[in-house]
Amino acid sequence: MKTRVFITLKPGVLDPQGKAIHHALEGLGFAGVNDVRAGKLIELDLADGTEDAAIEDMCRKLLANTVIENFRIEKLEDA
Amino acid sequence: MNSAVIVFPGSNCDRDIATALEEVTGRKPAMVWHRDSELPDGTDFIALPGGFSYGDYLRSGAMAARSPIMRAVKDAAGRGVPVIGICNGFQVLTETGLLPGALMRNAGLSFVCRPVRLKVENSQSLFTAAYDAGEEVVFPVAHHDGNYQADEDTLDRLESEGRVAFRYQEAVNGSARNIAGILNDAGNVLGLMPHPERVVEPAHGGLDGRRLFEGLLETVA
Repeated sequence: MKTRVFITLKPGVLDPQGKAIHHALEGLGFAGVNDVRAGKLIELDLADGTEDAAIEDMCRKLLANTVIENFRIEKLEDA
Repeated sequence: MNSAVIVFPGSNCDRDIATALEEVTGRKPAMVWHRDSELPDGTDFIALPGGFSYGDYLRSGAMAARSPIMRAVKDAAGRGVPVIGICNGFQVLTETGLLPGALMRNAGLSFVCRPVRLKVENSQSLFTAAYDAGEEVVFPVAHHDGNYQADEDTLDRLESEGRVAFRYQEAVNGSARNIAGILNDAGNVLGLMPHPERVVEPAHGGLDGRRLFEGLLETVA
């Protein structure tokens, strides 16, 4: 079971990398970029039947630092 | 004082802190590998060294915080054994939850490597007893992820409880309220980004860090 975990900085947490990307986009002449926030995508290949609670536990215990980050779990239909 | 230095794959200041501890305490610390699950009997001081444990994969300190030895370190900290985390060690302490907040990428995005001026904000702790309150010291920093952040309530609590041990006296990395080092609520765990172990001998160009270990020796031994 392919599962994706999206990890993003909580709103209000300063994102120096997002800022740098924003500046670089402007430097390349792209207008109209209001803001950039950078995050992470982690792809998991899980045994069928892995419970949602277990995936959330993985996020809380390791994949995300919930002091500064939010996470969102997305299960992909079997390809 | 029976010190233990925890060594993770990617630690690179483990020998610096070991040399500093031996110089000050007269005893060689035990070097404890991250896969070990127990600390040597009688360990009464634990140091988490600087470096780039696990290549900073996922987040700085994230993997190291989940290694087997950290359970023993947490237990020891809970019993009141003094624990210091320097640089990557500070990142490991926040990732284990022994200290609040998180260390993010420096605000300027650059790796910062230079001596910085710090103010000793709390001179009553186990670690800072040999300093005067408000004294200015110079320790080197060398980090990419030293930007200390926590929510406003946590920051207010740290300030009001005297748990900000060291504060930068210049702009370094964007840390909230210029915080360079903090204590846990019991006062026996200190995390700081600057490197006191790199200013303990005259050849280092400064001795400001030496008193941290001397003060600790006096309170622990």
